[in-house]
Amino acid sequence: MKSSLKLALGLASAITASTAVSNVAHAEDLTLCWAAWDPANALVELSKDFTKETGIGMKFEFVPWTNYADRFLNELNSHGKLCDLIIGDSQWIGGAAENGHYVKLNDFFDKEKISMDDFVPATVVGYSEWPKNTPNYWALPAMGDVVGWTYRKDWFSKPELQKEFKEKYGWDLGPPTTFDQLKQIAEFFQKRQIDGKTVYGASIYTERGSEGITMGAMDVLYSYGFQYENPKKPYEMEGFVNSDKAVKGLEFYKALYDCCTPPGASNSYMGEGVDAFKSGQVAMHMNFTFTWPGLQKDENVGGDKIGYFVNPKGPDGDQFAQLGGQGISVVSYSDKQEAALKYIKWFANKDVQAKWWSLGGYSCLNAVVKDPKFPASQPYAQAFLDSMAIVKDFWAEPSYAPLLQASQKRFHDYVVAGQGSAKDALDGLVKDWTQVFQDDGKL
Amino acid sequence: MLNRTADNVARATPEPLAKKIRGISDKGLAWLFISPTILLLLAINIFPLIWAIYLSFTNYRANRPNEVVKNLGFANYQRILGDQDIWIAMQTTAHFVFWTILLQTLIGFTLAWLIDRKFRGHAFWTTLILVPMMLSPAVVGNFWRFLYEPQIGLFSYVISFVSGIPPTSIQMLSNVSLAPWSIIIVDTWMWTPYVMLICLAGLRSIPEYIYEAAEVDRASNWRQFWSITLPMALPFIMLAVLFRGIENFKMFDMVNLLTGGGPGSTTEVASITLKRQAFESWRTGYSSAFAIILFVAVFGLANIYVKALNKVKQR
Repeated sequence: MKSSLKLALGLASAITASTAVSNVAHAEDLTLCWAAWDPANALVELSKDFTKETGIGMKFEFVPWTNYADRFLNELNSHGKLCDLIIGDSQWIGGAAENGHYVKLNDFFDKEKISMDDFVPATVVGYSEWPKNTPNYWALPAMGDVVGWTYRKDWFSKPELQKEFKEKYGWDLGPPTTFDQLKQIAEFFQKRQIDGKTVYGASIYTERGSEGITMGAMDVLYSYGFQYENPKKPYEMEGFVNSDKAVKGLEFYKALYDCCTPPGASNSYMGEGVDAFKSGQVAMHMNFTFTWPGLQKDENVGGDKIGYFVNPKGPDGDQFAQLGGQGISVVSYSDKQEAALKYIKWFANKDVQAKWWSLGGYSCLNAVVKDPKFPASQPYAQAFLDSMAIVKDFWAEPSYAPLLQASQKRFHDYVVAGQGSAKDALDGLVKDWTQVFQDDGKL
Repeated sequence: MLNRTADNVARATPEPLAKKIRGISDKGLAWLFISPTILLLLAINIFPLIWAIYLSFTNYRANRPNEVVKNLGFANYQRILGDQDIWIAMQTTAHFVFWTILLQTLIGFTLAWLIDRKFRGHAFWTTLILVPMMLSPAVVGNFWRFLYEPQIGLFSYVISFVSGIPPTSIQMLSNVSLAPWSIIIVDTWMWTPYVMLICLAGLRSIPEYIYEAAEVDRASNWRQFWSITLPMALPFIMLAVLFRGIENFKMFDMVNLLTGGGPGSTTEVASITLKRQAFESWRTGYSSAFAIILFVAVFGLANIYVKALNKVKQR
């Protein structure tokens, strides 16, 4: 009896001890939350070096883009402890800072000698600062991204098409530098037979559910003269959001949608755009630059067949592009903030950033992107650099979600459904946004 | 003798269980048994409803837990009832409910009437017709989205084959006029079997002797249909309409999967608007008020309808 008791006690102790040991081994594991996309896979690869260096294991929670905001904003709002580190969208920064979801990083940056001057200025403003243009940092710029364009270099270089195009439009077929040129090229390719297949002009963002059509339309509107507010009087939008120039920009976006997109492309965003380009349906393709490494490697449309260009200029020569990308933040509800900060310190390192770029991530560190070898490092590197120099972003206010929903509705109603005029849509947008800021007590 | 038997029966009857458990009456025991269910009901149904009613009078936003919650009185309700977009969403919902119910009832009843003829192989056809309603709405939504695809979709090719219109011109989900009908078609395809099943139960419940008596009276088939079949199956048809009406009033999944409310706001039914306000714009107070308005509307309409149904049954 005694020996059986001893055996039982021994077994129980062994089980308890092994569980405890296993808990200790995983106690410092960090969970990083992000969207499920190609750069996330690159980050998994990159993070193995962090584990090697520090012994801290990394777990990842990746959610598809369509549910990304819902899932992680719910997690943050409910003060969940799932994520120790989060790569949150640029527009979340206001809400996350004001609601205390992110740890403020100023003291940590000072202590670790991490300077925001070492990062591309647009990414610091876009991904790290709240309020904007003030030295209050809530994230480290992690993944630079911006809307740009790809085109079918192989189609553009066909002599018969070049000749026909020149005769029709009077200029050489090549990457467009203005939106008018872009539309002419799109019209030229629309419903054209190439290699026995009907092709179309361009794939642009038209998605209704999350943020698609806003990202696409804004990409054009900025260069046409759209402004979010009176630069001298914050939140004054009348005459800026719905200026004549902005109306012209929205009319252009609708005209581009009507004339030159593939049939049924009424709800198209990043994935649909990539599919349209990869399947050889379109001559040009609007998308965030994160898609470029994957397209470059594609057997059917990549390599020598693909080219890249920066978002074209508007009628007055203004040229802007919609900012994408994200910063990495420490979640204030995490119990492992110290380890999470270690990760941020490691991630800010120049060598790590260089490897990040080589694996397919877009570094925001000046030392990487301003390296003389950088433009030649990838076929799309120069277009990425040029695009990052002209970025503008959507509202990053705590109320960005209702602001975004309003623009999604107004733009889709006009561009895709053809309801009302561009002026009606932008007037309606001023009304909706004014209501949001009134609700916030900012007006 | 009788008294003795009664005494024996009385003695043999077990005492109420409650008497064996000290201090608990029969009523108390009954409450003890049903209390878990009642607590569960209070926790997952009644409490959220009361909480939603409370929130509907405030400016509460779930994504700003630290913000001071202000009492707005009826401001949310006033704003909703004066919001043109909400009324457009309600009209879209009404259009969707009306046409789906009409088509499903007409086709469902016709199918039930045909199946009730008991022709050869009717059991096989019944099973086949029931397949769509056994599928998950997520599956149905996704595969119909492919069927409607203008470049590769089978639906577009069939219509093109019949009409001669190029398939790429048949943009069911992108065209403002066609998009609402694309959802109506899918919902009708999926849920007509359900209506058929209820109607079939109604038709099978009509006693055969009534038809025999009508035959004796030399009533024509047409007369038998209008005077016997339809009136006697009517309560079942009305029940099917009630179920489908309630379901379609709060339709979300199919619309979300097929069009997401687009193009523009053409197919944005009330439930999609509610979801956008509640979980995308995070206007929790406002969306609670909208949910209460929808609840009252469905509850009120369903009550009126049930009264009408009872009247028909009593005839």
